[in-house]
Amino acid sequence: MTSAHVPAWEQERRAIVVNAIGVGLATAAYGISFGAFAVSGGLSVLQAQILSVVMFTGGSQFALVGVIAAGGAMSSAVATASLLGLRNAFYGLSMSPVLSVTGARRAVAAQLTIDESTAMAVGRSGPGETLRAERLAFWATGLSVFVLWNLATLAGSLGAGLIGDPRTYGLDAAIGAGLLALVWPRLVDRRSVGVAVVSAVVALALTPVLQPGVPVLLTSVVAVVAGVSAVRDRASRGLT
Amino acid sequence: MTPIWTAVILGSLLCYAIKLAGHSVPHRFLDQPLVMSVSDYLPIALLSALVAVQTFAVGMHLVVDARLAGLLAAIVALALRAPFLVVVLVAAGTAAAFRALGWAA
Repeated sequence: MTSAHVPAWEQERRAIVVNAIGVGLATAAYGISFGAFAVSGGLSVLQAQILSVVMFTGGSQFALVGVIAAGGAMSSAVATASLLGLRNAFYGLSMSPVLSVTGARRAVAAQLTIDESTAMAVGRSGPGETLRAERLAFWATGLSVFVLWNLATLAGSLGAGLIGDPRTYGLDAAIGAGLLALVWPRLVDRRSVGVAVVSAVVALALTPVLQPGVPVLLTSVVAVVAGVSAVRDRASRGLT
Repeated sequence: MTPIWTAVILGSLLCYAIKLAGHSVPHRFLDQPLVMSVSDYLPIALLSALVAVQTFAVGMHLVVDARLAGLLAAIVALALRAPFLVVVLVAAGTAAAFRALGWAA
């Protein structure tokens, strides 16, 4: 790296940090919904905050609170949250060679491994001198989202008592919309759209007959069937 | 410890352990075609199911209320490539408006 590259890097560095703050602000709006939703669902302010600090993965947090709020079993709540969190393990798999950190730094990197930080890092990958851009995008986005998501959770959970019924502000509709926005970019082909539609129908069909939480959990079978059929398709086309 | 505390702590620790596993376990355990393929579809299935349940369920009952208007507005926003923040605000605003106007519960 020669000095001629420094201004370009300086520019890129600034763009990465600005993007990271933007992503953090967007998730913060959603974090307010989470805090309010958690408290109206029966959690304390402290419990909501522990979820945002320690669990720190939005889809799982909403799933856990959703099952509890609907009166489901705690085992369903934990199982659904954990299954949704499994994707973070695969993010970690792709991020660990990029970050190449050990010890305490790895422990922190693991906690910051979420949809947003991984997506922003992957978005910076490509040919050439991009490793430090990827690393910066991961850390800046992860930290930005962590701080703003937690502040927003606190604002939402404290505010829930003040604003009264969160339904008045449509916060219950915001939850579904936010989860939909998480799944939307993944609907890239017919099979993934099929998985989404079948899972939604299965979950609704089972809602009146099974404990809250269980219908969502059972749609993991749809994912397994789709995964097996995708691998078979690829094998039959001679690809690996 | 209350059941909610148990769920909060156990769920949080499991979700962190899963993240750490991704950074720690040898690649050959996770880097297999079937595991990767199922893991691609797992969030799609669970998140879609959650969207449906969050929109139509009240406990074990299915109802149509202002949440559906919010979700439809979110779909329009997503189709128009609106950013995350806009999608969430449009959904909340639409549901709130439907309730304020008395068009839906």
